[in-house]
Amino acid sequence: MDDALYREEILEHYKRPHNFGPMETPDRESFDTNPLCGDELRVMLKVDDNDVVEEVRFEGHGCAISQASASMISDEIKGMKLDDLARLDRSAVLDLLGIDISATRMKCALLSLKVLKSAAIGTLADWEPDTVDAARPAGGAQL
Amino acid sequence: MATASQTALAVDFPILGQEGLVYLDSAATSQKPRVVLDALEDFLAHHNANVHRGVYPLAIDADTRFSAGRAQIAAFVGAEPAETIITKNATEAINLVRYSWGPGNVGAGDAIVLTEAEHHSNIVPWQQLCSQVGAELRWLEVDDEGMISLDQLDEFLADGRVKMVAVTHCSNVLGTINPVEEIVARARAAGAASLIDGSQAAPHMPVNVNAIGADFYVWTGHKAYGPTGIGLLHGRRELLEAMPPFLTGGDMIKTVSFDETTFNELPFKFEAGTPPIAEVVALGAAVEFITELGIERVRAHEEAITAYALASLKAVPGITIQGPSLAEQRGGLVSFTLDCAHPHDVAEILGRDQVCVRAGHHCTQPLMKKLGVGATTRASFAVHTSTDDIDALVGSLGRVIDIFGDR
Ligand SMILES: Cc1ncc(COP(=O)(O)O)c(C=O)c1O
Repeated sequence: MDDALYREEILEHYKRPHNFGPMETPDRESFDTNPLCGDELRVMLKVDDNDVVEEVRFEGHGCAISQASASMISDEIKGMKLDDLARLDRSAVLDLLGIDISATRMKCALLSLKVLKSAAIGTLADWEPDTVDAARPAGGAQL
Repeated sequence: MATASQTALAVDFPILGQEGLVYLDSAATSQKPRVVLDALEDFLAHHNANVHRGVYPLAIDADTRFSAGRAQIAAFVGAEPAETIITKNATEAINLVRYSWGPGNVGAGDAIVLTEAEHHSNIVPWQQLCSQVGAELRWLEVDDEGMISLDQLDEFLADGRVKMVAVTHCSNVLGTINPVEEIVARARAAGAASLIDGSQAAPHMPVNVNAIGADFYVWTGHKAYGPTGIGLLHGRRELLEAMPPFLTGGDMIKTVSFDETTFNELPFKFEAGTPPIAEVVALGAAVEFITELGIERVRAHEEAITAYALASLKAVPGITIQGPSLAEQRGGLVSFTLDCAHPHDVAEILGRDQVCVRAGHHCTQPLMKKLGVGATTRASFAVHTSTDDIDALVGSLGRVIDIFGDR
């Protein structure tokens, strides 16, 4: 079946996401939504004294792309310094997903990165620039 | 009946000539019939001039066609042309009422009644008005069948503080057709004004604004087989005359001096600047197209398609269908969720089969919250919808389940 978007690995992460569930007393957390589809995602981090990520947990609901992207990136960031986390760009998740993401689905792919970076910098991060969607006002053409 | 196959009522929609296209998103915007495209081109190619001020023959011709378009549009819903104000879309029509009627009629301690199933365009303007004047919103709840309760409306109206009841004629998510005549009558008896959002009703079922009796009735041209850029506000003359203008500038004036302005008569008082002239003419052709098909036939067709869709979708494993279970209680649309896949993923996979449906919150975030879902997938119908289209939808949902099914 010609469903590149839903390749096995992505479906696997969607059906059994890694590092999902509650976390008690996180050191850092952030929550955001995807205005396009109402996806909600919260990230919680435990960091050590050197600001290195020890543990990560996501909570929320969303489409396969947003959930898989959160699951995949959660495996990558353990052991990463918050500063480095804050410097990640969209290629971090897009490379993991490894598929072509259409302009309308770009925010689905990038929501996990946005909440992670927000948690790292302690304030709401902007959407990644240079996406077709980034220039659109929140809540755009939804009827 | 519910399972009888049904062919399209009208087929001359150029875009539907695209091989394999299954368009099930008419609630977002309708496709345009040939006659509407022809009317648009004919006007722009042969009759175009600005309206209201021209004295040369071409301008008089344009003016005559513009007025005729307004008259056709008004007649389609049983309204007077003078009580038919051209706006940009339904959203602007509601905002016109919010800004022009609102502050003079709603004050501190007053209340506005909405249903939980309103589109954002019939929520946000009222929220803004409430916070401007210190009034409150009262929300009519929708039950599991997507119905509101007239008893709750009576409760809300009982203390006499309600100044406006603003309700959708047909919900763009649940499909529920609200008992608007009854709602309007109760509002009036309690001294409240009423606004009905007919965006999902006007081209799909008989609408007579006099029979409904609302103070304001709004709808939008692009969902009614017309072009974008035109919306309608029908208002009761006494109210419109008492209201100050909304936007000001050219065309809406009678006289302007260096010191003051007197305003034009209805409906022009509310139409500042050059109106969407070709769009009025084209929407006139669109309502003529519906009238020729017969609005009762259109309704019967879409109701049969809806019944067929409800019956077919019910058989899809893991599906939850929102709204009334009877087609006769709903407009031509069905929203649903699948246990195995997010609405976005559903719409994406359907899109690969050229089955065009909408996924998301449909500009009804409060309702999504009430329903306990983040989003739904919505299929919506029109005169060109056939049971084959529904079969294609159901077939394509099978593909979604193949991909996501074992979740
Ligand atoms: C029920 C309802 N009301 C209002 C609107 C707004 O229409 P428009 O965007 O044309 O103003 C829509 C459609 O988007 C709708 O479905």
